[in-house]
Amino acid sequence: MSSLLRMGAIIGKEIRQLSRDRLTFGMIIGIPLLQILLFGYAINLDVRHLRAGVADQATTQLSRQLIADVEASQVVDIVARARTAGELEDMMRRGEITVGIVIPADFERRVREATRPAAQLLVDGSDPTVANIAMRLAQMRFELRKVGVERPSTVFEVRTYYNPERRSAVQIVPALIGVILTLTMVLFTSVAVVRERERGNLELLITTPIRNLELMIGKIIPYIVIGLIQVTIILLVGWYLFDVPVRGSVVDLYQGSLLFIAASLSLGLMLSTFAKTQFQAMQLAFLAFLPQLLLSGFMFPFDGMPPLAQRIGRLLPLTHFIAIVRGVVLRGAALEELMPNVRALGIFFLITMTLATLRFRKRLD
Amino acid sequence: MSDAAIVAAGLTRTFGKLIAVDSVDLTIPKGKIYGFLGPNGSGKTTTIRMLCGLLKPSAGSARVFGMELPRDAEKVRPRIGYMTQKFSLYEDLTVRENLEFMGRIYSMRRRRRRQRIESNLARYALDDRQRQRAGTLSGGQKQRLALAAVTLHEPELLLLDEPTSAVDPQSRRDFWDGLFELAEGGTTILVSTHFMDEAERCHRLAILAEGRLVAEGVPRELSSNIDAVVLEVETDRPRRARAALRSVGFVRAVTQIGARLHVMVETGTDDPEAQVRAVLKSGGVAGIVERVSANLEDVFVAATGFDGDVALPAADGSAGADESGAGSDEVHP
Repeated sequence: MSSLLRMGAIIGKEIRQLSRDRLTFGMIIGIPLLQILLFGYAINLDVRHLRAGVADQATTQLSRQLIADVEASQVVDIVARARTAGELEDMMRRGEITVGIVIPADFERRVREATRPAAQLLVDGSDPTVANIAMRLAQMRFELRKVGVERPSTVFEVRTYYNPERRSAVQIVPALIGVILTLTMVLFTSVAVVRERERGNLELLITTPIRNLELMIGKIIPYIVIGLIQVTIILLVGWYLFDVPVRGSVVDLYQGSLLFIAASLSLGLMLSTFAKTQFQAMQLAFLAFLPQLLLSGFMFPFDGMPPLAQRIGRLLPLTHFIAIVRGVVLRGAALEELMPNVRALGIFFLITMTLATLRFRKRLD
Repeated sequence: MSDAAIVAAGLTRTFGKLIAVDSVDLTIPKGKIYGFLGPNGSGKTTTIRMLCGLLKPSAGSARVFGMELPRDAEKVRPRIGYMTQKFSLYEDLTVRENLEFMGRIYSMRRRRRRQRIESNLARYALDDRQRQRAGTLSGGQKQRLALAAVTLHEPELLLLDEPTSAVDPQSRRDFWDGLFELAEGGTTILVSTHFMDEAERCHRLAILAEGRLVAEGVPRELSSNIDAVVLEVETDRPRRARAALRSVGFVRAVTQIGARLHVMVETGTDDPEAQVRAVLKSGGVAGIVERVSANLEDVFVAATGFDGDVALPAADGSAGADESGAGSDEVHP
């Protein structure tokens, strides 16, 4: 009996404390709700609407028919036209398209020769799911019969770029840099300010002449170094153990990483201005991590997500970093070719840093 | 006014419905040790926080060195040092690292920093603790470190919030020696305390109760100007004597000090000794009654209605007035 009484005391106390921590209480409802919504929106195994570019060198009725059929499958959306395969490769390196269709000038003749592939499908192998989906396209039978062509074999010959052996380590490791940085960087700084508040250091610190921006910058610089060390570790292990190449410039990669680390740290700082305890700060960091993991294109291909999920995804720094890191590491793109993503990270950093600095008050009320 | 370090007028701060500080007027002269005496919750910390720009007053104004707070807080900050009630330096840094950190935060150049650190390490007897983590220091050592850190940049004004509450008596004495030395060097010191003996050592004193300033002046004058007669009753049944005395109208408060009672009687009372004797007699208690001069605790009791039984201020609000015009406000805890 007295055991029950004592346990009851603990149970009652836990519930009371929990109900008084409003943020934690909100998380109890918020986290499952957010997660189910995110997963529901992001998981889409029937991926469609991959961005594709076409180089139609034949420009015959038959080639137009093929393009129409491909588009009708909804697996790809034709977003760009090019003249040569080389142009398509450039677009792919810049991340503008993930699939390229090359229809050679002698398409008509090739179609009728069952032994030769009639056209080429260029596939961006840096995104694991895109490669699989494009394969489906290759296996598709097209209704070329309408124009009087019977063809027993498939139309397309597939050329997978950047990861021709289609090894998953090559696809996962670069993006993993972003996931690991998101987890650690946001967590470090979200706790950093709150810890000082909890330990009472802040009351002293804010009566000194230190300025908000000085405090914020001082807080993030050590972690930038830590972030760059983490990048190096992942790259070295990826290269040494998993044979992941760095095709682009290492300087570009580090510059991109630096920007992403800064954006993640300032996000953490901003979160820490909302939290009162370290526990709350950690929950907020987790809350910021979840959508990034799901909507950034790391787990599910970005193109396959519904428009709303994509729109949210574009607001998250990890989305842009994964685009940058896959571009530089796997496709050998230069940072200048990935400017929209670079710019997005820069803007994200400026906004969160400004908010953190403005929200931080050198007062206790 | 140029000799005042702090001038506050109608300073008020509310937290929701609670009035933590209620229209406090203060003038704190430069180069003196000024004390805030009051029980927990009397508004000492809130007042100090407003005076260093950490809290925005709900009403009224506070000026430090003629500068308006919290508007000019940043200009005031380099000239003040604030020692928080709880130890607020970094427990995972060593003594020297903490001082080094504070020196840099106050933009002290290397040479001066080194000089000041050495001199404060010596002054506050921390030389042999330099490499020790602050978290492992004793209460007294931590407090010396806090004072060493807060005086490193030689502030003109020191705000110390209950600096000795976690410290043994010897450390308290040493600490006060340090304060007098600083004051002699021209530093203005505002120190809050709930210790009578510390309050007695201040040049000037303000007594706070329930957010209001209820008495202010030089400690000795406060005692001699007390608006009450203090009698001392020596008896072997102090609890019973006390109960009897507290039920009488002209007795304002009764404080027990060991086997003796301090009985505070309204000033207008005829022959208070005789009346008190009569009360004791009818209560069946024998005791020797004698008139004594008031000490600071009596002043505190008279001003706050805090009658020494339990450490709580009076709840009925009669404690507010420092001129005790009102008649039969015997104070119950």
